[in-house]
Amino acid sequence: EELERNLGGDSVDVTLPGDPASFPGGLHLLTSTMREIEDVFVGLGYSIVEGPEVETVFNNFDALNHDPHHPARSRTDTFYVADSVVLRTHTSPVQVRTMLDCPPPLKVIAPGRVYRRDDDATHTPQFHQIEGLAVGEEITLADLKGTLLTFAKAIFGDEREIRMRPHFFPFTEPSVEVDVSCFACHGGKRADGSRCSLCKGTAWIEILGAGMVDPNVFAAVADAQPGYDPAKVQGFAFGLGIERIAMLKHSVPDLRLLYDNDIRFLGQFG
Amino acid sequence: MRVPLSLLLRWCDPGLDPEAIASVLALTGTEVERVRRLGPESGEGFVVGRVIEATQHPDADRLRVCRVDVGEREPAGIVCGAPNVAAGQLVAVALPGAVMPGGTKIKKAKLRGVESAGMICSEAELDLGTGSDGILVLPDSIAEPGTPLAEAVPLGEVVLDLEITPNRPDCLGVYGVARELHAATGAPLADPPWAVDLGAGGPVEGAAVEVELPELCPRFTARVYEGVGPAETPIEIRSHLHAAGMRSISPIVDITNYVMLVVGEPMHAFDLDLVEGGALTIREAGADEIVTTLDGQSRTMLAGEVLISDAEGPTSIAGVMGGARSEVSESTSRVLLEAAVWDGPTIHDTSLRLALRSEASGRFEKGLAPVVTERAQAYASVLFEEVLGIRPQPGTIDISSAAASSPKITVGDGFVTGLLGHEIPPERLIGILERLGFDVEAGADAIEVVPPPDRLDVQRAVDVVEEVARIDGLDRIPSTLPAIASAGGLTAGQSARRRLADSMVAEGFFEIAGWSFASPGLPDALRLSADDPARNAVAIENPMSEEESRLRTTLLGSLLDSAARNAVRGAESIRLFELGHVYLPAGDDPADQRIRLGGVIHGTSRPASWREPSPPRADVFAGSAVVRSVLSGLKVEAALSRPESARPFLHPGRSAEVSIEGAAVGWVGELHPLVADHWALPGAVVFEIDVAPVLAAMPAVIAYRPLSAHPAVRQDLAVTVGVAQSAAELKAAAFEVGGPELESVEVFDVYSGEQVGEGRVSIGLRLSFRAADRTLTEEEASAARETITAALTERFGGEVRG
Repeated sequence: EELERNLGGDSVDVTLPGDPASFPGGLHLLTSTMREIEDVFVGLGYSIVEGPEVETVFNNFDALNHDPHHPARSRTDTFYVADSVVLRTHTSPVQVRTMLDCPPPLKVIAPGRVYRRDDDATHTPQFHQIEGLAVGEEITLADLKGTLLTFAKAIFGDEREIRMRPHFFPFTEPSVEVDVSCFACHGGKRADGSRCSLCKGTAWIEILGAGMVDPNVFAAVADAQPGYDPAKVQGFAFGLGIERIAMLKHSVPDLRLLYDNDIRFLGQFG
Repeated sequence: MRVPLSLLLRWCDPGLDPEAIASVLALTGTEVERVRRLGPESGEGFVVGRVIEATQHPDADRLRVCRVDVGEREPAGIVCGAPNVAAGQLVAVALPGAVMPGGTKIKKAKLRGVESAGMICSEAELDLGTGSDGILVLPDSIAEPGTPLAEAVPLGEVVLDLEITPNRPDCLGVYGVARELHAATGAPLADPPWAVDLGAGGPVEGAAVEVELPELCPRFTARVYEGVGPAETPIEIRSHLHAAGMRSISPIVDITNYVMLVVGEPMHAFDLDLVEGGALTIREAGADEIVTTLDGQSRTMLAGEVLISDAEGPTSIAGVMGGARSEVSESTSRVLLEAAVWDGPTIHDTSLRLALRSEASGRFEKGLAPVVTERAQAYASVLFEEVLGIRPQPGTIDISSAAASSPKITVGDGFVTGLLGHEIPPERLIGILERLGFDVEAGADAIEVVPPPDRLDVQRAVDVVEEVARIDGLDRIPSTLPAIASAGGLTAGQSARRRLADSMVAEGFFEIAGWSFASPGLPDALRLSADDPARNAVAIENPMSEEESRLRTTLLGSLLDSAARNAVRGAESIRLFELGHVYLPAGDDPADQRIRLGGVIHGTSRPASWREPSPPRADVFAGSAVVRSVLSGLKVEAALSRPESARPFLHPGRSAEVSIEGAAVGWVGELHPLVADHWALPGAVVFEIDVAPVLAAMPAVIAYRPLSAHPAVRQDLAVTVGVAQSAAELKAAAFEVGGPELESVEVFDVYSGEQVGEGRVSIGLRLSFRAADRTLTEEEASAARETITAALTERFGGEVRG
């Protein structure tokens, strides 16, 4: 009883901050988004591969079926460090490197930094992509659709749908752009009946480019890795921008915020 | 490309509203950036009128009072300010109640005392063109007064802004888009505009063409028109050109532009009387050859670029811009009308170099199919007759080195299904291809497909699959997952890097996204010596700016920039890190790309709290603790040592080299005061570690070490040594002589002051002994301590303090 009485006298304000105080910390939104996406694909049995950001013109363009005069090769669009060396403009050259290293079948994603000579409200000269590549004897466009649907649901919510629109990329055929159904509205309209500003009333948001690997890309590696004989294998590839996914998902209005590194911004995520 | 919808519907009208048409196009591969509406939202109140009388306004010099027949019993009285209004004209009238583009509603009004019941409109006011210096005068026969204006002119045009992918130059003409719409909807497709040709093949008199560069000019066609007289471009053509973003210039130029809009093939009209010798040569430009283009500018050419020249010299830059010398004008009576195709990349390079990007060069650079030349000539012949009332002179110059026929592509049964993972019934598949203009022949186990001559992009079976899939509708494709069984996962290195970042977060750091680019001024700001290897950076030949012209060789630049920005914004405690790449020049290889972990600490070592309102400022020990801690999280022990020569950006006495198993992997320390000044971050602590050696030092599998059941015996000793003596060396020596039972050595006290003397420091070490098989006695521990003490005094000139 006496003990209880004494304890009653020894009362502290437990709402005070704990001790020792610790500094807050957090991963950058780009990192956490990248990990989130990586984990989805790891769950689907993908491995993560990486490649250099200073890349040969061969891997960045030639082997990816860009014709010798493709405008993306121009010095107005691409950073050059030598005549045959560029800062990679996409993570796609990792496709080439991976196929040269590993025979099929394979399922890989390749995250990383990429560079383009663009600097305006919606472009930074440096940004991040994740490339995906699956190659086997029976990989189909339907497999691509199912894979991206799984991805979209995992990242943007289980009710999401995707749609593919035909497009053109040099290294895929057929090529598609992929939209995810808008997660901020219903059919382009907000709950109050107003037009959705996120999808601009279209009910769809473009999130990535993809397609079936062009046989010419397989042909470019088949000499070194005969398993990639274009008559025998087929596959799909996709590339998505981390910044775009992060901004969409977290309603970040301005790309610059991602590179400004203001701790008031950094502290919101992680 | 801007497509006026009324022009598109001329060839294929699926009976859908503009948004639905846009959606059909978007889902079959023609992206629609925008659907725009030109002109008034409604045609209500806009009618054709005839000016019966135009008299001077009694009180205003610039105004006329008109009586206009608008199809009602009484003419309308309208006050008009246009200088060109005159009795007899057929005009466009906005009656009271009509709503102009922009929303102004026309009302009855008094203008300087005279009643005006409507407005006579200019082209620009109706968004039918850009002409605003007078009213629009309609052709006499176009309609009766009172006819709704929309029936006479394309009032209220809808424009589809299309993004044509580079593989589809066939869609750079409206008819090509109509074919897409036909294929996608099944709505009938009218005969192409080139179905009628008022000209014919055969030799041409009075004009000649020579192509010296067949590889850069696969096909060149030309026809001659004589007897060109005054004429006016019909309002429909003018308004379509306007809607497509082109100005009406003259009937001949308008015809060429209209052909380009419809067929996709840019044409060029020469005044044949101004072509010296009546002969054109397509040839390579001489270096520094000068051409005066249509816009009056002198352009200097490079060798390898393509010119069209006559006996006197260059007259045009092929595919990019015509020349001033042979330009058609009001006095032109004989026209040489060119339709050619050019090597796309050459046109692209030339137009880019000369900064002459035009509707024409934009099409030519895509590499147009040779067949479009004859189509353009055919459609032009119809338009010449319609607009100018003349037909081509006999014959067509046609110089072609192009392959005559499209490839025959075999698509095996099962190939489409095998690639799509979805079966399209054969009749449906064949129907799609036929609507796209392919010739299809069904065989026993394959189909043979010949694409139309303007579809150079379709060469292989896989290209045919794309055609079928996109028109059939990608929404029909089911969702499946690849049948490749694989475990996937992160490599040991990848998961270790994640853990490293997570440890930094646990240490209270925010991760930043730094720039891979660095300024060439960074090495100076870091006080690097002229021969410092970190100055040797990969240089970008075409940087966005000088400030971003190098690839970083250290993470420090972004970290300090970010810390400084946050400090300026009032952040009191800044702890940032980046786990990112640096890029070191690597001889012939592109670059040696390495992952580093870098950090910066600015502020207190611990957060201020109610228990500790003023914690000490973070110094080098805050940095070294973080480095040791995050590496030990990976079971890697970092050793810190005093640098032999300090890094120039670090405080020489308050910085350390970090090494793992004897190999240097990085550094930690307080910024040199001069460097700290540069970023206004006094006392900031920074570190940078190469990650690869850390990952290499990680134990692959950690083997269990037995836990001893016997207690440890602890003994303290204090030794006084010179201030330059590092505690790490004392520890190392202790372990060396302390015997197998010495389990740990910790520094528990560091003291300098009067009692130990100038230049000396006393270091207290707590020794912990333990044996695996027995309980150690105090005597055993004391003996070991004495051995250690003796070694320390002998090796380091130490004195033992009591």
